Amino acid sequence: MSTLASLVRDIDAVVIGASAGGVEVMSVLLAKLPALCRLSFMVVMHIPRARPSLLPKVFSARCLLPIREAEDKEPVQPGTVYFAPPDYHLLIDRGPALALSDDDPVHFSRPSIDVLFESAADIYRERLMGIVLTGANRDGATGLATIARAGGRTIVQDPSSAAASYLPKAALQEGPVDAVLSLQELQELFSSLGGRVGRLVE
Amino acid sequence: MVARAVTSSTFDIELPLLLEALYRKYHYDFRGYALASLKRRLGQALRRFECRTLSQLQDRVLHEPALFPVLLDFLTVQVSDMFRDPGYFRALREQVIPLLRTYPSLKVWVAGCSTGEEVYSLAILLQEEGVLERSIIYATDINASALERAQAGIYDAARMGGFTENHRKSGARTSLSDYYTAAYGKAVFDKALKTNVVFADHSLSTDSAFSEVQLISCRNVLIYFDRELQDRVLGLFRDSLCRKGFLGLGAKESLRFSAHAFAFSEFAAEERIFRKEAS
Repeated sequence: MSTLASLVRDIDAVVIGASAGGVEVMSVLLAKLPALCRLSFMVVMHIPRARPSLLPKVFSARCLLPIREAEDKEPVQPGTVYFAPPDYHLLIDRGPALALSDDDPVHFSRPSIDVLFESAADIYRERLMGIVLTGANRDGATGLATIARAGGRTIVQDPSSAAASYLPKAALQEGPVDAVLSLQELQELFSSLGGRVGRLVE
Repeated sequence: MVARAVTSSTFDIELPLLLEALYRKYHYDFRGYALASLKRRLGQALRRFECRTLSQLQDRVLHEPALFPVLLDFLTVQVSDMFRDPGYFRALREQVIPLLRTYPSLKVWVAGCSTGEEVYSLAILLQEEGVLERSIIYATDINASALERAQAGIYDAARMGGFTENHRKSGARTSLSDYYTAAYGKAVFDKALKTNVVFADHSLSTDSAFSEVQLISCRNVLIYFDRELQDRVLGLFRDSLCRKGFLGLGAKESLRFSAHAFAFSEFAAEERIFRKEAS
């Protein structure tokens, strides 16, 4: 298993996917991000469709970085956390810029983790980290494998520490994973995402 | 297979070639579409046509014209719900229609109407507000088979529950079931609704303005276009709208990143309804 330092070296962006139990984990992890972090974060969480998007508001209070709901065509900024809006897929397009679509749900999910991860892998290639957290649906497993194939770093929450182990297990079965981390280790990882090792602060 | 295709850079070489081929052979222009979604849809098309590469797909679609309409469905069809985002329709009903009511006749353009769910939603809304009779709705799309389905106005009866709920939340004055007949698992919408609807083939990429209208509803279409094409289309909308006409966009679409942002002002910001500046 790689050390934390080598995992976070030379990346520009982090994509994160979670479903069941994800809100609790995300609020713990986002609180750990250092204020000077220069990475861009894109997050897909499965939430009930009709509900207005409360996630950015919920997490803003606990996170030192700005948290925004993704807007179509918005250029990706460093040091910012973007959430997929409810009922739209979030993709990464050239630029890099954010893109939305209302194409059919994938694995019954819109936004879909696979859609975000696959499009992000296409743009960021090896400068991307993908993280799959707790989840009760296999959406995200294929996308994480795509990130691995494109040369990016892949991290899965240890299924035994996840509220719902289905997604982490599916991700572990699907493809090579650089690290399987407990919730404690994930917190250490997020604390270390200072961006000092990244290209963006040259 | 999709993932493999999407992450290989040869795909990025093949993609513009395919789009150029489609344009030259069939005069459909996808060269200004947003790449991320387009790539995803083409990945699905590859699977459907059992092609390993976009070059193979290009070969087939150039030499088997019957394939093109099927590919067109992959690239363009959007399934929407009737009264999707009820708040949008409520804002049209409560804030926009009262202002448009003063016109002797109303022209509404549903740009990129796909299979027509929004067209019928607007027709019902105009009917409920008592102005459908003196309105014309232009329903345009580039996909002929989607337009045919829109014109038919037949949807799965199973979808009516959700549509009814949306309709109710839009401030409905009648019941949705007043407007359709259910039979054999299908809901057939009342022909009277489309008396004043003109279904027409129109490409936002290549065609120009065709009429002056008071309201344009173009929802979840611009997200599929790149910024350049988006600017072209917004310019087209500006030219098509009457003085102080209204433009309704999708719930997550904005004019923020557009060159034409100055041509419009926010009218109902939350519901993404804009108004053409008087200038």
